[in-house]
Amino acid sequence: MTKLLASGGEFVAPGVKDFFLPPIFGEVTKPMVLLVLSIVIIAAFFLAASRNLKLIPGKFQFAAESVYDFGRNNIAREQIGAKDFKPFIPLILTIFTFILVNNLFGLIPLIQFPTMSHIGFPLAVSLLVVYPVYHFVGFKRHGFVGYLKHQTVPPGAPWFVLPLLIPIEFFQKFILNPLTLAIRVFAAMFAGHLLLLVFTLAGEFLLLNGGLTVIVAPVSFAFAIALTFLEALIMCLQAYIFALLSASYIGMALAEEH
Amino acid sequence: MDTLILAAEGPVNPVIPHTSEIILGLVAFLLLFFVIKKFVSPRFEALYAERTAKIEGGIEKAEQAQAEAQRTLEQYKEQLAEARAEAARIRDDARAEGLQIIEELREQAQAESARIVAQGQHQLDAQRAQIVAELRADLGRTAVELASKVVGESLEDEARRRGTVDRFLNELDAVAAPASK
Repeated sequence: MTKLLASGGEFVAPGVKDFFLPPIFGEVTKPMVLLVLSIVIIAAFFLAASRNLKLIPGKFQFAAESVYDFGRNNIAREQIGAKDFKPFIPLILTIFTFILVNNLFGLIPLIQFPTMSHIGFPLAVSLLVVYPVYHFVGFKRHGFVGYLKHQTVPPGAPWFVLPLLIPIEFFQKFILNPLTLAIRVFAAMFAGHLLLLVFTLAGEFLLLNGGLTVIVAPVSFAFAIALTFLEALIMCLQAYIFALLSASYIGMALAEEH
Repeated sequence: MDTLILAAEGPVNPVIPHTSEIILGLVAFLLLFFVIKKFVSPRFEALYAERTAKIEGGIEKAEQAQAEAQRTLEQYKEQLAEARAEAARIRDDARAEGLQIIEELREQAQAESARIVAQGQHQLDAQRAQIVAELRADLGRTAVELASKVVGESLEDEARRRGTVDRFLNELDAVAAPASK
């Protein structure tokens, strides 16, 4: 593109194509490498932190405990309830850290690509992990018919709205939930990365295209930096929301009759 | 970036997931999940359980110490109350005993004084009787002597003299008898 700009061409806005870079080798693309890197980082972090746990934690252990506690207490226990949350701690913690690290890749210099902006990855977690898990535990807890009734018939609803409510609830619980869960984080990461690209590339274009536009370039870069901070917030938030909603679905599937 | 444009042949729809990415995402996630479930979570949970046990143990120990202190305090209080009651009882006993002693002493003293008074009375009576008897004899003699001196030789008549003396003594007796009673 620099060649393009130097020759005084038009500004080409970044788009979908920027998310699908050519493979590094064979069929392996950058997000794939990042994904593998992310699980290596998380596993290494937790394994190192938990190798020699002490009653009175050191700094490193404290940091690891904070992350673990956040997934355990703030997400899993809050949403699933103190009675049932224990078996789901690893799942919720994995979801939270997996999404978080992959999102944060969008901010780390040289990497700068949020893996979750490829819908395949969040979809794998939501559709193939969270979705089967919460329906499985629901069916196991309430029985087949009992669970269907539990999920689709809101308690206290008058009988004449049930023909309307049951299809809506069914559609939401069994089709929509896993999709929206994946699309939410995908869209946020996709849009955020696109925004950063727009301001960064626009700044570059203004800077290199010569002429008076140079003085406007810093404004564009300043926006890019400001948006980076916003992105950092959104990345953490999306990871939190993904884990929170997953826990919430499990909690709702397990809940006794309201 | 020129190569990028070349590489991305035609528009790519970002909403259509790539199968390879779904598979990789699932495998990677499950791997991480396995590591966390197998190694990380049990270690943290064990630590938390240990920590909870330690804290609860500490609390329990403190509670035990408190209960022990409470028990000791109650024991002391009980002992103190007992001692007080004991002291009060002893005081009461002493008071009662004192009263009894005083009463006894008073009775003894009264008896003694009564005895002394009675004894004195007897002695007095005896002495008085003795004195009266002595005086009676003396008085008769003295009176006769005195009378003989006064009358001198004028009283020749023995018989008369005896009769006068006897009359006089009888008179005296009549006077003295009520006094001696």
